[in-house]
Amino acid sequence: MKLFLKIWRQNNNKSKGKIVKYQINDISPDMSFLEMLDVLNEKLIYEGNDPVSFDHDCREGICGSCSLFINGRPHGPERGITTCQLHMRKFKDGDTITIEPFRANSFPIIKDLVVDRSAFDRIQQSGGYISINTSGNTQDANTIPIKKEDADSAFDAATCIGCGACVATCKNASAMLFVSAKVSQFSNLPQGQVEANQRVLNMVNKMDEEGFGNCTNTGACEVECPKGISIKNIAKMNREFLKAKL
Amino acid sequence: MSSLSIIKSSIGKKLLMALSGLFLVIFLTQHFLINITSVISADIFNALSHFMGTNPIVQFILQPILIFGVIFHFLMGFYLEIINYKSRNNRYSSYSGNQNASWISRNMIYSGGVVLLFLVLHFIDFWIPEINYKYVEALPDDPNRYHEELVHKFVNPIRVGLYTISFIFLSLHLLHGFSSSFKTIGVDSKYYNPIQKFTFIFSTLIPAGFIFIAIFHYLTG
Repeated sequence: MKLFLKIWRQNNNKSKGKIVKYQINDISPDMSFLEMLDVLNEKLIYEGNDPVSFDHDCREGICGSCSLFINGRPHGPERGITTCQLHMRKFKDGDTITIEPFRANSFPIIKDLVVDRSAFDRIQQSGGYISINTSGNTQDANTIPIKKEDADSAFDAATCIGCGACVATCKNASAMLFVSAKVSQFSNLPQGQVEANQRVLNMVNKMDEEGFGNCTNTGACEVECPKGISIKNIAKMNREFLKAKL
Repeated sequence: MSSLSIIKSSIGKKLLMALSGLFLVIFLTQHFLINITSVISADIFNALSHFMGTNPIVQFILQPILIFGVIFHFLMGFYLEIINYKSRNNRYSSYSGNQNASWISRNMIYSGGVVLLFLVLHFIDFWIPEINYKYVEALPDDPNRYHEELVHKFVNPIRVGLYTISFIFLSLHLLHGFSSSFKTIGVDSKYYNPIQKFTFIFSTLIPAGFIFIAIFHYLTG
């Protein structure tokens, strides 16, 4: 395959970035999108140019490291996958592909396509955990009976890998899908209900501090989420938040 | 926890937006129910309008609350739009918003803006003359003037056209805003389907009804 790439290049957060055009040949349709970028980078390094920086780690759709806004959509045109799971057979020979970083003020660009998503870590640290001493005589979690639907909804919420696609695609750069998933995964279970009020208050407060936008229920986040996290979690978080406040 | 701290939070602002919107939906419903009587019976319409125009509770308690609600909803809407826009200073060069969200949900500010312009026209058409009649010129009370005044307004086809366009945008605004409000106030997801169905019915029928009233009086007036 021959492809025309338009890639966002930016040295650091202070410098001004721009779209740079590349042409790349002999791309196998069976390559993953990241492998295609690897090929481009090998070519750039061979030519003595600066390779394109992009995030990746497991390349199995588990870690949430890869990002990339491909042709106007986070993780590309396919639903329910991360960029590392996107294959070049989804594109046509001669296609032009625009690749940009996830854009939000709360996700400052580090270099090229790499953004700083540590705002998510700070939100998680503000309350996305259960304060249980796990050393010694901790009760086995399986001894507490939990309804199947509660366990399922908690598990569904817990599948969020924190990639940031929800923020990237939201017209308001809102992080509510991520935060609501982290709130719901605990509040749906009895173990998480003890700290439920403080958790939701702390996490929403931190989310606001980090400068994410407000949710307007467009549903774009749910569509683009590689793990299919439902926006029902946002309504649940709203309910939890109001309950905690009042 | 103080109520002030709720308002300061992002969810609190959303909640106020949703509640003010739902309040306006209630007002819209009663406005429609009164207006639709104008095509059935001039006497009923006159009686209801006279009650609304002279009852002190409606005039001096409900009307100021309504005006506050309208102004609040618009100001909060514009405020949130600005905040949300500023949360992404660097825009995408390629952004396919239409692939994952409806045009209506992404452009509430435009449909709301058209409704705001319509309200300006509507105030000039009805509210300001009414205030002038009652409080500036202090003309004698006439319980039978309302239907004639209404019909007179819709003689002009340009006004009928503007009203029709405005109600189409109101319909678009409601199609997203109505059901979205329930999500914001945290209604459980098991009620989403009936709410979605009711939203569609309400958001098409009520604006269509208002358009029907305007066209009816244009054709029969």
